[in-house]
Amino acid sequence: MADITALQPAATAADAPRGAAGRSYWATVGERLRRDRLTVAVGGVVLAIVALAVFAPWVATHDPLDGSVLRRLQPIGTPGYFLGTDETGRDIWSRLVYGGRLSLFCGMTPVLLATAFGGVLGLVAGIGGRLLNSLVMRVVDVFYAFPSVLLAIAICGVIGAGIANTILSLTVVFIPPIVRVTESLTRQVKSRDFVEAARASAAPMHAIIRHQVVPNVLGGILVYATSLVGISIILSAGLSFLGLGVTPPDPEWGLMLNALRQSIFVSPIVAALPGVAIVVTSLCFNLLADGLRSAMDIKLPT
Amino acid sequence: MNGSTTLPPNRVDRGGPAQPLLLVRGLKKHFPGRRRLFGRGREMVQAVDGVSFSLAKGATLGVVGESGCGKSTTARLLLHLIRPDAGEIIFDGEGVGESHGIAVRDLRLQMQMVFQDSYSSLNPRATIADIIAFGPRAAKHMHRRQSRERATHLLEQVGLQPALYAHRYPHELSGGQRQRVNIARALALEPRLLILDEAVSALDKSVEAQILNLLFDLRRELALTYIFISHDLNVVRHVSDRVVVMYLGRIVEAGPAAVIFGEPRHPYTQALLRAMPSMDPDRRSTAPPLVGDPPNPIDPPSGCRFRTRCAFAEAVCAAVSPELGRVAGEHEVACHMMVPGSGHSRTGCGQ
Amino acid sequence: MSEPPAVEVADLRVRFRQRERVVHAVNGIGFSLARGEVLGILGESGSGKSVTLRALMRLLPDNCEIDGRIEIGGEDLNNASTARLEQIRGGRVAMIFQEPMTALDPVFTIGDQIAETVVRHEGVSRRDARRRALELLEQVQIPSARRRLASYPHEMSGGMRQRAMIAVALCCNPSVLLADEPTTALDVTVQIQILLLLRELQRERGMAVIFVTHDVGAAVEVSDRLAVMYAGRFVESGAAGDVIRHAVHPYTQGLLAANLHGAEPGTRLATIVGAPPDLSTLPGGCSFAPRCTHATLACAAGVPAAQSFGGGHVAHCVRADSLVRPDMPSP
Repeated sequence: MADITALQPAATAADAPRGAAGRSYWATVGERLRRDRLTVAVGGVVLAIVALAVFAPWVATHDPLDGSVLRRLQPIGTPGYFLGTDETGRDIWSRLVYGGRLSLFCGMTPVLLATAFGGVLGLVAGIGGRLLNSLVMRVVDVFYAFPSVLLAIAICGVIGAGIANTILSLTVVFIPPIVRVTESLTRQVKSRDFVEAARASAAPMHAIIRHQVVPNVLGGILVYATSLVGISIILSAGLSFLGLGVTPPDPEWGLMLNALRQSIFVSPIVAALPGVAIVVTSLCFNLLADGLRSAMDIKLPT
Repeated sequence: MNGSTTLPPNRVDRGGPAQPLLLVRGLKKHFPGRRRLFGRGREMVQAVDGVSFSLAKGATLGVVGESGCGKSTTARLLLHLIRPDAGEIIFDGEGVGESHGIAVRDLRLQMQMVFQDSYSSLNPRATIADIIAFGPRAAKHMHRRQSRERATHLLEQVGLQPALYAHRYPHELSGGQRQRVNIARALALEPRLLILDEAVSALDKSVEAQILNLLFDLRRELALTYIFISHDLNVVRHVSDRVVVMYLGRIVEAGPAAVIFGEPRHPYTQALLRAMPSMDPDRRSTAPPLVGDPPNPIDPPSGCRFRTRCAFAEAVCAAVSPELGRVAGEHEVACHMMVPGSGHSRTGCGQ
Repeated sequence: MSEPPAVEVADLRVRFRQRERVVHAVNGIGFSLARGEVLGILGESGSGKSVTLRALMRLLPDNCEIDGRIEIGGEDLNNASTARLEQIRGGRVAMIFQEPMTALDPVFTIGDQIAETVVRHEGVSRRDARRRALELLEQVQIPSARRRLASYPHEMSGGMRQRAMIAVALCCNPSVLLADEPTTALDVTVQIQILLLLRELQRERGMAVIFVTHDVGAAVEVSDRLAVMYAGRFVESGAAGDVIRHAVHPYTQGLLAANLHGAEPGTRLATIVGAPPDLSTLPGGCSFAPRCTHATLACAAGVPAAQSFGGGHVAHCVRADSLVRPDMPSP
């Protein structure tokens, strides 16, 4: 009987890989994020809050600094001042959206600065030899020993109040944890086979760091930094609450909370509004960080 | 007639075929472990303790041994990924790291390693083409386009169609495909010596056979020399010209593959070969040749390190470390039973 | 009335339902294992061998669909309640794994783990359970067994941990032992010790054992019968000697060749080209056909039926009779 070898095996030694071409890690992460409804919703809220803050001049109904004692502590639903007024008669809504600018700025900037500075430091400590590592990490440990709130207060207490000083003190507070996380991630990546292979290829150290280490460390730092933003917003509001941050009459959520504190028995809901803003924003950043972490934790098929 | 193809400087043969490509003498590496109780200093993990061998050009040296024998550490010492505590490595007549010899960086252009296929042997954030091109770009400062062309050429050489694979990421490839990429990456710098550290151990047998064939072809095409490290004796027997058997950081037996597998002399080698599962259901093993687990390289036994599990151990084995001695032709064994006048009662007995 | 077989499986199918596709991990296997018999299942990754074992223990995740009949000692597992399954697992059917470190609890001593299992399954006193634990450690040939009762898993070497895991598995005298690549991660001198230990224990206790592995040598050392698995189906099965010496199915032949069985050192090996199929898009006919050098059009027609070669030796290949070598009995 004739041998009809119609089903000849593939001539190439390896068959084609499955799936669409070249789905990079970040593309996969992006897709998983899109599918995660909670994170998408939370992301939307964050974007909305940021948009309101950025477009404050157009969204606000009144001048945030314009107050009149005649209008003080109006309740929610007052015509023209739909979220009420504060203790000097300024519109709460307008102060919230303008305050968002400062609160978000003071919340996010320290994290950005700390990531830049602390990330580099952590990278150096992770890559460097035992001496360099000990040097950096023990200094960081000293700062770590202080509870973050106390450290922030102490620094601001010394250098004075104001936006710049707030940002500076919070940056100092956040550098140690970022250094720790970065150093730990760097050390893990450094010990993996592909980095060893890169070392064995006689490549210079800077190329190895740039192409092999950094891309694999970036994701973890991103997640951690996002979770820090939530904390940072609370801390900066806290500093302003204590009078160590933004100074009156600038609108800022923590400051507003402090000022409205005295009126809490008169107008409790209005007094709580800045607190709600702080909590919601902070919570959303935390949830965003969680979602990002889940999306990045891909058990890739081997 | 044909235009002379000048070899890149790292591929020039310096000493001719008679000179061994690699000569290793007295390689040692001890890692500090925990501190001992009662202040007696630290425990030392004697990972590699006096390894010496020579490797001829174009040959394949098989290195076998069980966990803790130091074969992987030896591989990393050869590449200077770990700095040796003692010993010398002479590559084609030039000492490594010595003032008149060859620098570590130049050594790495001539000696490369293929790692075991673990998921982390390839950078998960880079494309296959980038992974292969990284070495030439970073180490040899090749231009981007040139290094890309080299990557494409290498992918073809290892049996992966560039159009299908160059833009993929490691997680999209199967184990066998990843190993091909590992091999391509190792070849990117045009080395003369390739160290294969358990390079096929994690693969399915049918894929392993494909990769072994690929290595076979590449050795011929590219005039390569191999050091093949594996715990799988069958594979080592198949690919090696010469074999060394390691135990607890030392070489206990070395010789041509046919001799080591046909007439092993060292008790450990004999036990190792007897421990291989039988492929004949009618002739199954009845008793294990060795009892217990391979010991810990921390604070190994004095003298001959195998004596605690050896059926023929005597007093002299604890007192004196046997040296690797020639028993016949290219066959070397480190055992007091092979040395007349060593003090062992069984010297001169045919094994 | 004869004893029911220790394990009886008929037309077992397991499917994993994932987001975009269905993975057909096991596609209709059946076998019958008598008391005291050892069946070795040989296969590579993706063949479905580990899934089969877990289906027998009902240890599969929720997105799995299992069809087919599974009977342990005559008892149908499909109809068993969760409580009954808990009793069977560990009591009648026990499993040992490739990685003892993941199977043993790291925060309890070996003695405690064995004793706890015994107490839970048989309700004896703790003192009796500890005595049983000591006996078991001695049976699995752990040196200084009394001292080892107080050891934690991380304090033991690889071979000893494997023995400890076997002791835990045997503590309630199961009638069936499932072994999922128990020796794959071990050094060769330790591997042979564990294989011989398993054989001895199996003989002493008359257990039925299913030994899953990709290592032909290990399978041959312990098995009475062998089944070669590919893409979720048995392609060849029979007495160990028959399958090894007179392999008929092209995949079995390829697998044996790849194990360097009788290969000439220094030569190129005969390989099976290509790679295992995608289990979510299996071809309609013989799943090995795309890689088979003897394939014909008939191979794509349907899943090949079993062809018998005497003595229980069976191969699922339409061309089996033409591939038979002259020294074999005819079908």
